[in-house]
Amino acid sequence: MGKHTPLFDTHVAAGAKMVDFAGWDMPIHYGSQLEEHHIVRRDAGMFDVSHMRAVDVRGCDAQAWLRRLIANDVAKLTLPGKALYSCLLKEDGGVIDDLIVYFFSPTYYRIVVNAGTADKDLAWMRKQSAGFNVAIDDHPEFAMIAVQGPKAREKFWAAFPEAKTASEGLIVFQAAAWLSGQDSWLIARTGYTGEDGFEITLPAAAAAAAWDKLRAAGVAPIGLGARDTLRLEAGMNLYGQDMDETISPLEAGLTWTLDFKDASRDFIGRKALEAQKPTRHFVGLLLLDRGVLRAHQKVVTAQGDGETTSGSFAPTLGQSVALARVPVGIAIGDEVSVEIRDKLLKARIVKPNFARHGKGLI
Amino acid sequence: MNVPANLKYTQSHEWAKLEADGTVTVGITDHAQEALGDIVFLELPAVGRTVKAGEECAVVESVKAASDIYSPIAGEVVAANTAAVDAPEAVNQDAYANWLFKLKPANAADLDGLLDATAYEKIADEH
Repeated sequence: MGKHTPLFDTHVAAGAKMVDFAGWDMPIHYGSQLEEHHIVRRDAGMFDVSHMRAVDVRGCDAQAWLRRLIANDVAKLTLPGKALYSCLLKEDGGVIDDLIVYFFSPTYYRIVVNAGTADKDLAWMRKQSAGFNVAIDDHPEFAMIAVQGPKAREKFWAAFPEAKTASEGLIVFQAAAWLSGQDSWLIARTGYTGEDGFEITLPAAAAAAAWDKLRAAGVAPIGLGARDTLRLEAGMNLYGQDMDETISPLEAGLTWTLDFKDASRDFIGRKALEAQKPTRHFVGLLLLDRGVLRAHQKVVTAQGDGETTSGSFAPTLGQSVALARVPVGIAIGDEVSVEIRDKLLKARIVKPNFARHGKGLI
Repeated sequence: MNVPANLKYTQSHEWAKLEADGTVTVGITDHAQEALGDIVFLELPAVGRTVKAGEECAVVESVKAASDIYSPIAGEVVAANTAAVDAPEAVNQDAYANWLFKLKPANAADLDGLLDATAYEKIADEH
C-alpha cells in the first residue's frame, strides 16, 4: 500500500480508479480520462496534488542562497507572491528536479517540488545550505488542490466567495494568502494544464470539506491520467520522463528557464552548461499517420535518430502528439518517421505547444 | 461485470464466438475495455493472414497504454472490423457488439479448449 493524501477516502468514495504514483495511491481517473480532459479544457476540474511537497525557505540569506541553488534567478521576483519556474541542477548540469518558487519577501520564499523527488531534493538543499543563513522547512502535512479550466476561478469563488477579494487581483504566476477561519491558505494562479485556474495549499484537515464544496460548485474531480494528457498538450515537461539527472536542460526545452544575465551569479550547474554544445534539441511531434505515440520510441530523421520522451493521444486535437529529443539540424516543419512496432509512421516536427486555453494550436 | 454466457474466453481477455456460418468472431471483453480505459486506436490483422493460437495479431491502444491482442485459436483472418477502426471508442461502449476480427478456424473444435463464462469471470475478478 502506498501513501495516502488527505483526500484518499474522498477519491475512493467517488469511484476513482487508484494507482501507484511515486509511492502514493492516487486517482488515475474517476470513470473516463478523456471526458475529464475535455472538462478541464472547456469548464473546470480539480486535481488532488497533495503528494507534491511545499518547502519554506526563511532567513536573511534566503535570496542569496536561492540565486545559487536554482538556475532561474529569484532576484527578478519583486511583486509579493510572484513565482517562477526553475530547474534544480547538479554541478554537471543534470536536472535534479523542476520546481516553482514563490517570493513573499527577500527573507521568505516557498518552493513546491515533485512528489517522487521531494526527499532527494530536500537532502540536496540542506547540503547546499552550508554557510548560508537559511532555515529549510518542508510541509508534507499540507494538502494541495489544483482547480483548472476556463471556469475554474469563477467556480472557486462560487464555492469560496470570501476568498474572492484576496485572489481576484492575482496575475498569472502570483499567489496570495487567504485566511479561512483560523487557517491560512495559499491561493496561487498557477497550474499544469495550459488553462487558467488556481492551485490552493491548505491544511490537511480542511481538504475534504474544500473538495466537497468545490464539487458542489460544479468543479469535477480529475485524475492523474488527464493531468498527463493536459500537460502534454500544453507542452509542459514531466520530471523523470522528459528530463532527469542525466539530461541537460539545454536538450529538454528548458533553456528559457535558465537565467545567465547576471554574469556574477554562480548558480549550481552554470559552468557545465556554458561549456556544453548540445547536439539534440527538444521539439514537438505530430503524428500524421494513424497510431499513438508513446515515450521512448525511435525518431528516424535525415540527421540521425532521436527519441520521444512523452507521447499520447491528444484529446483536444484528436491526434497523437509527443515530446522528443532530435538532432539539432532538424527544424520545425520537417517530416520525420517514428518507429512503432517495427513500422515507420510519418510525423511532423512542431513547436511543443499543442493546445492551451481550450483550443488546439496546431 | 458483463460476461455473456454464450461466448468463449481467453486468459488474456479476448472473447470468441462461433457463428452459424462456421467463422469465429473475436473481440475484447468488457473487463478488458474497462481496464484499458478510453480506447483511441485499433490495429487489426490483414484479411487473409493465417494466425496461430495465442499469436499477437492486433493492438488496442487506450489513452493510457497499448495492449496486444492474441488470437484465441488458429485460423485465417476473413474479416476485420473497419467500422471499429474508424470509431475505436465504440469498443468501450459495447465490447461484445464491437468485434475486432473474424477467423475461419483451422479446427472449430479448438473453441472447446477456451474458458467458459464462469471460468473467465473468476479470472477477471482476480485482475
